[in-house]
Amino acid sequence: MALTLLPLTFLLPLAGCLILSLGYRHLGERASAAVGYTSVGLAALVTVFIVIDFLSGDRTPQSLTLWTWVSVDNFRPTIGLMLDGLSVTMLGVITGVGFLIHLFAAWYMRGEEGITRFYAYMNLFVFSMVLLVLGDNLLLLFLGWEGVGLCSYLLIGYYYEHTANGMAAFKAFVVTRIGDIFLAIGLFLLFTELGTLDIATILDKAPALWHRGNPIAEAAALLLLGGALGKSAQLPLHTWLADAMAGPTPVSALIHAATMVTAGVYLIARMHGLYDLAPTAQYIVGVIGALTLLMAGFAALAQTDIKRILAYSTMSQIGYMFLALGVGAYSAAIFHLMIHAFFKALLFLSAGAVIISCHHEQEMARLGGLWRKLPLAYAGFLIGGAALAALPLVTAGFYSKDEILWEAFAAKQNGLLAAGLVGALLTSLYTLRLIIGTFHGEQGSDKARHADPGKGLQHGLPLVVLMVLSTFIGAALTPPLADVLPAGPGEGVEAGHTALEMMASATAIGGGLIAGWLFLFRRAWLKRVVARGPGAWLWQFWHRAWGFDALFDWLLVRPYHVLVRWLQGDLIDALFLIPATVVRLFNAGLVRTQTGRLRTYATSMVLGAALLLLALAMGY
Amino acid sequence: MILVWLILIPFIGGLFCWRAERWGDKVPRWIALATMLLVLVTTLVLWWQGDYHLPKTGTPEAVRWAIEWHVPWIPRFGIDIHLAMDGLSLILIALTGFLGVLAVVCSWKEIAQRVGFFHLNLLFILGGVVGVFLSIDLFLFFCFWEMMLVPMYFLIALWGHSGSAGKTRIRTAIKFFIYTQASGLLMLVAILALVFAHHANTGVYTFSYLELLGTSMSEPFAYWLMLGFFIAFAVKLPVVPLHGWLPDAHAQAPTAGSVDLAGILLKTAAYGMLRFCLPLFPEASQAFAPVAMALGVVGIFYGALLAAGQQDVKRLIAYTSISHMGFVLIGIFAGTSIALQGVIVLMVAHAFSAAGLFILSGQLYERLHTRDMRLMGGLWGRIDKLPAFTLCFVAASLGMPGTANFIGEFLVLFGTFPVAPVVTVLASVSMVLAVLYSLLIMQRVHFGPAQGEVHFSGLDWREYTMMLGLVALVIFFGFYPQILVDTTLSVTDEVHQLFTSGSVGAAIQSLAGVR
Repeated sequence: MALTLLPLTFLLPLAGCLILSLGYRHLGERASAAVGYTSVGLAALVTVFIVIDFLSGDRTPQSLTLWTWVSVDNFRPTIGLMLDGLSVTMLGVITGVGFLIHLFAAWYMRGEEGITRFYAYMNLFVFSMVLLVLGDNLLLLFLGWEGVGLCSYLLIGYYYEHTANGMAAFKAFVVTRIGDIFLAIGLFLLFTELGTLDIATILDKAPALWHRGNPIAEAAALLLLGGALGKSAQLPLHTWLADAMAGPTPVSALIHAATMVTAGVYLIARMHGLYDLAPTAQYIVGVIGALTLLMAGFAALAQTDIKRILAYSTMSQIGYMFLALGVGAYSAAIFHLMIHAFFKALLFLSAGAVIISCHHEQEMARLGGLWRKLPLAYAGFLIGGAALAALPLVTAGFYSKDEILWEAFAAKQNGLLAAGLVGALLTSLYTLRLIIGTFHGEQGSDKARHADPGKGLQHGLPLVVLMVLSTFIGAALTPPLADVLPAGPGEGVEAGHTALEMMASATAIGGGLIAGWLFLFRRAWLKRVVARGPGAWLWQFWHRAWGFDALFDWLLVRPYHVLVRWLQGDLIDALFLIPATVVRLFNAGLVRTQTGRLRTYATSMVLGAALLLLALAMGY
Repeated sequence: MILVWLILIPFIGGLFCWRAERWGDKVPRWIALATMLLVLVTTLVLWWQGDYHLPKTGTPEAVRWAIEWHVPWIPRFGIDIHLAMDGLSLILIALTGFLGVLAVVCSWKEIAQRVGFFHLNLLFILGGVVGVFLSIDLFLFFCFWEMMLVPMYFLIALWGHSGSAGKTRIRTAIKFFIYTQASGLLMLVAILALVFAHHANTGVYTFSYLELLGTSMSEPFAYWLMLGFFIAFAVKLPVVPLHGWLPDAHAQAPTAGSVDLAGILLKTAAYGMLRFCLPLFPEASQAFAPVAMALGVVGIFYGALLAAGQQDVKRLIAYTSISHMGFVLIGIFAGTSIALQGVIVLMVAHAFSAAGLFILSGQLYERLHTRDMRLMGGLWGRIDKLPAFTLCFVAASLGMPGTANFIGEFLVLFGTFPVAPVVTVLASVSMVLAVLYSLLIMQRVHFGPAQGEVHFSGLDWREYTMMLGLVALVIFFGFYPQILVDTTLSVTDEVHQLFTSGSVGAAIQSLAGVR
């Protein structure tokens, strides 16, 4: 029963998108918004029904094939859906959190030009994202994968009149597409080796064909990882995410925090059987996660735009998920994915509330002292921030992050564990800096002084629901992953768990205390440190996120521009002018002989005759 | 007999258009529209009624073709008027009919001078193309091959635009003519040599395709003949060092000319390779395949890099065509059934997406009177739905899944990987370049700060229907390309078998020997 309803979860958003794009002339602002969030809301309702049905059943994976997409030889990908614990979890996050964000956007986008376009893109995004997680074969997954990329591009560039936004959108698409090349080649390789793209069959066949550490398995795993790095903004393909904040804030919440950027985590968890066969690739996943979480943590410390802080924080949290994947703790990664979707969506929506209330101001220096004026946003930041920093026991983030650290410990990956702990310290630091900078201290500008708080259900409901989900109540939602994903290394082991929990808690709280002390009482000193000398250099270095943009600019962008400019005039085509020029030269030469004077003609005739005779005479 | 009519209808319609000019400009347009609709509907009916499934190798010749028509023409040299249709030609003729309708509709307002003669040329091109797709007598094929050039020459020379840097439309038309004419001569030489070789073997002069299949030749001789065919088709496709005529022709042809060029004329080249180059010279083609695939990769990158450097929006699209045709070339010479199917889907998909982009830039030109992208920008929201449609075709052009272009490109890549992994990897890298040049259209034309306050007139129902239909087709074939696959499977299987059977023997025996 639930299975037959499954297509509705993406067809409803698609219908919303079609209504909006075909009937945009006849829809006003309110009607557009209503179509936009209703379609996703209905999809969420269907999802609730499916989840209940799935959980009450025996939880076995089921699949539904709609039609064969294309069939040539042994290449037979289908438009087929898969319902199992993993896809149900993802589906719940996408439609549930997606609906709340769509609803909030109706408040956020009020009075904006082109709201129909906004909701059409958003609905199309949900359609693609749902297909990405439901697809039972890699080609359909790729369809969703590229679809969300396109929607991300369109929504980042939503304010199309600003060139900077256009460039940010462009950058996001191009950088993620670089990752997609690897993913595509991975698909070619898997198909060539295994003769199928069906995920279940691949996971079945691979262990029979490849032993652990087989180079082809490693290669395939690394190629898929390449795709995941681009989509999930991990080193070295992370540079687009911070710029992607140019889009409207609900977009950042939905696409660049809760759903799309976690697609890479989903992909690796989905293909876990492959990574089990490829220990090196899996280790690299963990190392990249650890490096990214540290890199982004430091970068977040030196940002001044509240959305950019959240963007780097997202990168860092996805780094944790990759770390978990790298030690084989797939369930822990997905659990953190879900919890992160709750609290990061909450943080972004609260940031959106601040931004709109303060008349489109998002620079931290010009905000400040808002906690009395914007109590709901403040509460959102406090609860979301606490979850982000993994405040012990009361927040959802504590449970999910703790599990990751525990798994790393159990897998005896001490390096990764250390990175995770340092990252936890950094998280506390930048989170408190963000909250204190935005809500305490002096108001930095008139915009902040004249902040008017958001009102209404569309503003309040999503925030409150997400606040509840970000506390320990959210952590009580246990994703039904036991049948899909293998147990992590920490399963069934208890030795040292409590000690590690204490250590993690101490790190988080300690970081919070340091941050409170620094940002509340040592402000002037901090300002002096970053104003000049090595402090200033470090600040700039982290502010520019370790200079990756400059590196890629020098390494890729400029050579490309030079090449394009160099080729612009079509050199090869120009070569073909040579025969034409030769013909013309001959023509010019011969034209000269046509003087029209009898004298020349007579001379040349005589000369010719003489030459001919001479030749004959020589011949005989 | 129906096949003869498919060719004759456009020619007769063209003559009517020409004579009907005296009754006003509208009459030729309607006649041309009716003519092309007739061709389209006839083809669709044939598709609906006929059975294009699997004439297995080894079946009698009568079943080899779905429909056949055969009368002697010059018996002394074995030249016949021999027309035949199978799945591949059917699809391409349907495409011709459809794009013919589009070409007529999109020039409804653009062409105001010598309307009758314009439509005569347009319909003559289409008639010639249908002839190319139907002829399986090599002499007849060559006749039609040459026949489509002349009206195209007039189309560019008489109704074209002047290009940048002193490139007049006459110059462009002449360039186009010389390129194609010279390469056509090479093909004629190759055809004649093939016929003589066959005569030397059997003592019979014949130009019949099926008879010539499997003619035994010495290896270098076959290689040279194959090159003769290949170069002729390579100019038309175009393959990179020989592409020079295309950007100029596209940029300066009227919209209908560009639509026909990109949509159909380029496809005659791919058709020629699939129908003649590979089956007639399987071993030589096999030996040549690495070179051809390398040329394909070069074309993909060269076209993509040049597209990004253009200021003229039609030149940009023209270079993207070169890039996309690189995939076609790779797929053909990979020769696996998956890759060959990819080629067919990609041909259809590219016809739609390129036609869409060219029509849109025509519509843009009618409103802005420029094709220079430096003078555009911020047009989103100022021309109604035109930018949204552009977005759809741009997405198709960069191979977004859900569009037919994705299926085509990916089938080619999936099919090529087992044969030539390096080529596949290189071609995949171009996915990024495709994003760059495709999105440049959006960034430069429709996004960015507005260059003025003027709101341009929106799409009228004629333009709107055209675009909506094209978008619907691109998406339909993106989700259900199986129709194309089922219709052409027999053809690609045959080509695949000929191409891969190391000793041509078995496959050809079963194909040609049954006679």
